[in-house]
Amino acid sequence: MLDPFFDHYLDDSHRMFYETCLRFTEQELLPNAYEWEEAESFPIELYKKAADAGLMGADYPEDLGGGGGDVFHVILQCEAMMHCGSTGILAGLGSLGIALPPIRTLGTEDQKQRFIPPCLRGEKIAALAITEPGTGSDVAGVTTRATRQGDHYVLNGQKMFITSGARADFVSVLARTSDDPHGGLTFFVVEKGSPGFSVSRSLKKTGWRASDTAELVFEDCVVPVENRLGDEGSGFLALMKNFQFERLALAVYGHATAEVCLKEAEKYARQRKVFGKSVLSFQVTQHKLAAMATKTRAAKAFNYQVADAMRRGEEVIEAVSQAKNFASDVALEVADQAVQILGGMGYMRETVVERLYRDARLLPIGGGTREVMNEIICQLRGYPRAR
Amino acid sequence: MRIFVCVKAVPDTNANLKVGSDNLTINPQGVKYVMSPYDAVAASKAVELKAANEGSELIALSVGKDNKESRQRIKDALALGADRGVFIKDDAAHRDPLGVAKALVAAIKAEESCDLVFFGRQAVDTQASAVGPMVAQLLDIPFVMDCISLEIADGKATVKRSAEGRVETLEVSLPAAFSAQRGLAEERYAKLKDIMKAKKKPQADFDYAFPDAGYEVTAMTPPPERPAGKIVGEGPEAVGELLRLLQDEAKSLSF
Repeated sequence: MLDPFFDHYLDDSHRMFYETCLRFTEQELLPNAYEWEEAESFPIELYKKAADAGLMGADYPEDLGGGGGDVFHVILQCEAMMHCGSTGILAGLGSLGIALPPIRTLGTEDQKQRFIPPCLRGEKIAALAITEPGTGSDVAGVTTRATRQGDHYVLNGQKMFITSGARADFVSVLARTSDDPHGGLTFFVVEKGSPGFSVSRSLKKTGWRASDTAELVFEDCVVPVENRLGDEGSGFLALMKNFQFERLALAVYGHATAEVCLKEAEKYARQRKVFGKSVLSFQVTQHKLAAMATKTRAAKAFNYQVADAMRRGEEVIEAVSQAKNFASDVALEVADQAVQILGGMGYMRETVVERLYRDARLLPIGGGTREVMNEIICQLRGYPRAR
Repeated sequence: MRIFVCVKAVPDTNANLKVGSDNLTINPQGVKYVMSPYDAVAASKAVELKAANEGSELIALSVGKDNKESRQRIKDALALGADRGVFIKDDAAHRDPLGVAKALVAAIKAEESCDLVFFGRQAVDTQASAVGPMVAQLLDIPFVMDCISLEIADGKATVKRSAEGRVETLEVSLPAAFSAQRGLAEERYAKLKDIMKAKKKPQADFDYAFPDAGYEVTAMTPPPERPAGKIVGEGPEAVGELLRLLQDEAKSLSF
């Protein structure tokens, strides 16, 4: 059940959508999550199934095929789906959540209609490509270059750790159109099958195993001008806007991870007997769970507050950076404690907490590392630039 | 066509139910309520038929306590695709099925016409399977229970229903009432865009003065605790005995 403590952020449509997402999770994801994690992939048909259940693009307008909801619909979807115990499934199905915003922000009406509705129908898979072998959170270091040649651009470079990269039908790629560190960045939509575009390898990961993560290579890759998003040099601002949402989403993964781990730990502690008594009857367990519940709710409260400010259109760069760091730490700690409470079972890959424990490790890395979040916080607080 | 679907708020089937301190009612504390699962199948079928028959109207009906959980079931039906909802307030702790049936009939008769009425095969809380047949009787229309398929053509319904050891196919004149078994329709998800649309769909209250019940619940006790499990044997050789026990003792299998 949803925590009534957070009721004031939600209306009936959020609660009803949560039930839809929970049913989809229980029927379609939970029974298969372990198998998909082991296989390091989920069936491609899942995109269509999720779209048919209305789970794609909850916060996109209806004329693009979305649900017409807001950021809290996305949050509740995330919370519900996390019950499957595989962040990889969420990230894989949800890669459109980071791949489409540059199109939504910068794209022309024609580009939006070309790329967004097919994704929301589950017919096309989208990925976002920012990180490179030589640069991650420091996007000014992007070296993938796009050179204009008549009615097309030629892209050269590599992109690394790209969620859904191997299966994507198109990729929103950040490339350099001039040497200006920030002002020289431009987004392009590179479609599968474009000459010179290839997936060099799928990557093996600690967690998020059910999601496909790839390295992409652009070798004299030809991209038509009509696939450029916005003007040359408009990429950085769009990316910054995108990052806020991505960071919130990762922060939400954090409190959702903690919620599920807490629930699993409570369930196990109630059932499991040691020395003739339930694990839950020991004060040491109870206090541990009390601390887990406290931190989980604090992370959620912070995230909801940030999301609410975003919903009102406020600037939240500092707050969302803090929320991401806080929720990541809470997820790591609560998942770790949940593994401890489950003991030997908590170390088994078939359990939800084991998987979420591994999955959580990405949270202070992906979408901007903990250190980069701290840099942003320091900068916004006016501290002198440190090295 | 005018189609009705009757839905009921029941405790979630995963809920751990406890008898209240009055020994007469379920303690609602911490219990999540949902649309009775068979009603959700019925609603899915009704939405399918409405979509296939242009110009049809689908009305969701529910009888329940005047609270958020009960009223939510109408909203659920609207989000699944019903056009409008009618809620009948009933604050009795227990209402006998005949009372519920009479209230539903009054609400149906208040509408211009009625071609189809859908129910779940049973509400999963009371498991009476009584209201559907009673409504059909009071409306003097045919009733088919436990439908697993239903098609409408030329003013008639062709229905398959599951019965012990067989499937029956029936031809039914309309108007008629049906109860849904699992499989009658693929259970729909309430999509976000439909949830949003449902906000604007009309919901009305229908006032009904319930007659005195023919019976009252005088006590409620929890069921006896489950006996310990039994290990039948190991490996493939135990399968025969397991099947025999499941069929003869547990009565959970039929061939």
